Amino acid sequence: MRKSMFATTVLGLSIASSSFAATEIEWWHAMGGANGEKLNEIVKEFNDSQTQYKVDPVFKGTYTETMTSAIAAFRAHKQPAIVQVFEVGTATMMAAKGAVYPVYKLMKDTKADFDPSAYLSSVTGYYSDVDGNMLSMPFNSSTPVLYYNKEMFKKAGLTTPPKTWEEVAAYSKKLLASGAQCGFTTGWQSWVQLENLSARHDVPFASNDDGFSGLDTKLLFNGPLQVMHITKMHEWQKSGIFSYGGRRSDSAPKFYSQQCAMYTGSSSAFGGMTRNAKFDFGVSSLPYWASEVKQPNNTIIGGASLWVLQGKDKAEYKAAAAFLHFLSTPEIQAQWHQFTGYLPITHAAYELTKKEGFYQAHPGTEAAVLQMTASEPTVNSRGLRLGNFVQIRDVINGALESVWSGKETPQAALDTAVKRGDMLLRKFEKAHN
Amino acid sequence: MSVYFPQKKLPYLLVLPQLVITAIFFLWPAGQAVLQAFYREDAFGLSQQFVGLENFVDLFQDPLYYKSMVVTMVFSFSVAFLGIAVALWLAVMADRVIRGRMVYQTLLVWPYAVAPALAGVLWWILFDPNIGPVALFLDRIGLHWNHFLNGDQAMILVVISATWKQISYNFLFFLAGLQAIPRSLIEAAAIDGASSFKRFWDIVFPLLSPTTFFLLVVNLVYAFFETFGVIDTTTQGGPDGSTNTLVYKVFKDGFIGLDSGGSAAQSIVLMAIVGLMTVIQFRFIERKVQY
Amino acid sequence: MIENRPWSRLLSHLILIIGVFIVALPVWVALVGSTQPEGSFNSGSIPLWFGDQGVQNWAHVLFAEAGSTLQIPVWHLLLNSLVMALGITIGKIAISIISAYAIVFFRFPFRSAIFWVIFMTLMLPVEVRIVPTYQVIANLDMLNSYSGLILPLIASATATFLFRQCFMSIPGELVEAARIDGAGPIRFFFDILLPMSRTNIAALFVIMFIYGWNQYLWPLIITTDDTYYTLVMSIKSMLSVPDGDIQWNYVMVTTLLAMLPPVAVVVGMQKLFVKGLVDAEK
Repeated sequence: MRKSMFATTVLGLSIASSSFAATEIEWWHAMGGANGEKLNEIVKEFNDSQTQYKVDPVFKGTYTETMTSAIAAFRAHKQPAIVQVFEVGTATMMAAKGAVYPVYKLMKDTKADFDPSAYLSSVTGYYSDVDGNMLSMPFNSSTPVLYYNKEMFKKAGLTTPPKTWEEVAAYSKKLLASGAQCGFTTGWQSWVQLENLSARHDVPFASNDDGFSGLDTKLLFNGPLQVMHITKMHEWQKSGIFSYGGRRSDSAPKFYSQQCAMYTGSSSAFGGMTRNAKFDFGVSSLPYWASEVKQPNNTIIGGASLWVLQGKDKAEYKAAAAFLHFLSTPEIQAQWHQFTGYLPITHAAYELTKKEGFYQAHPGTEAAVLQMTASEPTVNSRGLRLGNFVQIRDVINGALESVWSGKETPQAALDTAVKRGDMLLRKFEKAHN
Repeated sequence: MSVYFPQKKLPYLLVLPQLVITAIFFLWPAGQAVLQAFYREDAFGLSQQFVGLENFVDLFQDPLYYKSMVVTMVFSFSVAFLGIAVALWLAVMADRVIRGRMVYQTLLVWPYAVAPALAGVLWWILFDPNIGPVALFLDRIGLHWNHFLNGDQAMILVVISATWKQISYNFLFFLAGLQAIPRSLIEAAAIDGASSFKRFWDIVFPLLSPTTFFLLVVNLVYAFFETFGVIDTTTQGGPDGSTNTLVYKVFKDGFIGLDSGGSAAQSIVLMAIVGLMTVIQFRFIERKVQY
Repeated sequence: MIENRPWSRLLSHLILIIGVFIVALPVWVALVGSTQPEGSFNSGSIPLWFGDQGVQNWAHVLFAEAGSTLQIPVWHLLLNSLVMALGITIGKIAISIISAYAIVFFRFPFRSAIFWVIFMTLMLPVEVRIVPTYQVIANLDMLNSYSGLILPLIASATATFLFRQCFMSIPGELVEAARIDGAGPIRFFFDILLPMSRTNIAALFVIMFIYGWNQYLWPLIITTDDTYYTLVMSIKSMLSVPDGDIQWNYVMVTTLLAMLPPVAVVVGMQKLFVKGLVDAEK
């Protein structure tokens, strides 16, 4: 046993070190767990499909660690050709004009097969400049949806998922009356309950078209809509309708263990849901306030995109372009979408998945796509482009937590968060002029 | 020591390897960090601007920095106090039993070997408000545990995780210290009719005080610097900065926030503080050696 | 005898047993967790008794892959951890014992300046100067190499400091006697000093081995080639699943596996380690 393992490793090492004529490029990513295995599989498929190029996928830890490692590597001239950067890092990457090679330019320079209109505009909008040029290649995008426990709903005499926040409150009361411990819980509170809330109700989250058209952006999420929503959530928390369980997806177990009947979280949590929820559950669109809008906007995305870095030679860029093209092909996209629950980034991949009957076989998986494509994005629902966004999210999380713990009123907490966030934006602005 | 070898060149040769390593892997990067404190840079280092003391001015105007100082003090002293108290108690108990002292020592010594990052992961899952058995138990007895929300509870969690590992270390020193105390001293007190509690406070504890003081310093230094992995795998400094210690803040602002100037300025302030602490520690240990 | 009342001894045992239990609690959870099916962590509460998936879980981690994104077997990670830990341990002991020797047994110009330069390294842990240190390593072309993993972590004065303490307690008469016997400093070092510091070296070996084995952030940052990944950092790859759920059962297996070697070293070398540690501080 040991001997054979040793032999295969030695063999593997010798293959890896013997140099082919193939151009090798590195791709740094943050996909751990099962999604990481799938990613390796896809890369292998690319490497096996041709002999000219070879991509090395390198796992670099969390999103933050991946991005920082790439930046540190860039400063030391050891950067990879492609790096996966989460959506909140977008502004930092964009502002680093000498460091990134915009994808649209890469594709043009290498004469690669590239049609921007093949991609879902609500996905690419997040990663495009003001003129609509794609700066990075979307890879794993998700959007917030509502998961609900069908069995608990039935027990409370409910048949359909709530469409609006008004219904969420009303349904929750019934659920609580029928024995549930809480109505709903949320993951990624800043993303779901403030960023997407603003987008969905066509209200700006920040000035300058949510930061797209300049660096002197000011945060605006302490407006009446946001304050109203957070005030409501605080009231709900007190009456047991809402229960807080952590900044990221730490609260999902509250849903798995049937304490809470609903969970607003990332569409990409679907895979985990299927594995962990030992009950019948449904997926529906993220609620909106019927009192505020008749027809809600699309939701905005989260997840990450692939950035190409400067400082590589022509052959390496050809390899990068070929690989990005490969990743966008309908087959690969459909495979990735169906396995991970991330959105399909091209229309073709969506159609292919539909044709394959995936959505029929897995009810609920289409909700996120429909919600993303229901309307053309407006300036308020294209996405957010804020410098130092990682820290701004941290500030927002802190503010919301001080509301949940009753230390501050929603208005006061959001005002402080805006003030602190603006300071971070000014810092970013100063470093980039 | 008053007798030395007379060779003049040999000692330089002997310190050379360490000096070279220190110069390349410590002085060089630390020097760069010092320089960075006076510059404002974008993340990729594409533009650099000399800003003088601005990073320091910003730092000392930031209320969060003072909060982090308070957090660090509370955290460090809690870890040191809890670690010393628990270890002392266990060591006194272990000193009393006749059989199985070594077994207890073995059973208590191993956490010292566990990586802080791993210890953090394990305590984190034990206290997870949604699934952790300790959190659920506390809930059942009416203590609502949610360290995602409650800064004090988050502090308790990191203190426990950080102390866990340190109990082993403190225990070893106390047990050795206790065993070095002459039995006759305690027996004499026992004959005088002093209760075991009184014997401990009047005789044993004063004799242990050099050990205790040494451990206090060591534990404070540990809590200051070596708890990075614990905080990173549990609270990441949250909620709302209530476990954001100075060292973690340097890492967070520099590595996650990509603010190299601000982070470097903090490093320098930290260096000054630690320099002071080191001198105090150094003086103390020096004196102790003279005994 | 002082404590001859049996109940008091019983109480002592009881308190110790409770102490041992609390100290072992996290590892108990890990042990139990490593035998559970995948879903049992996220639904409800963490199990406190063994499940029936132990063999499968351990087999999966040991034979399939380490972190799910890593394509090398787990024994390779173990080997890397071992190389890194031993490299740091041996390197650090070697350079610091000779520099402490020079500082204690010789008088030469700049002696105290040199001592302070070395001593300064105690002040800034790697985490605080991580980005510039990374740049230095990159400039020296030492990313993805064992020397890159090992050398920067040798630059710390803890061992030098401990050896200095230990050497300072050695009576000067010994040096005098050696000189009268005509023994030079080299012979003195090998024939007298080394044998005398055996327990201290053993204690430092344990401390440094653990320090090296438990490194987490540094290997994460400077390696991009998984043939250089270490076991402790591979936990990170299992924990960072941005939107999915963590496979806690495998995390627990890997955690236990990662803590086993250093725990074995501490327990196995306990006597020497304890003696050396406690003596060095006296």
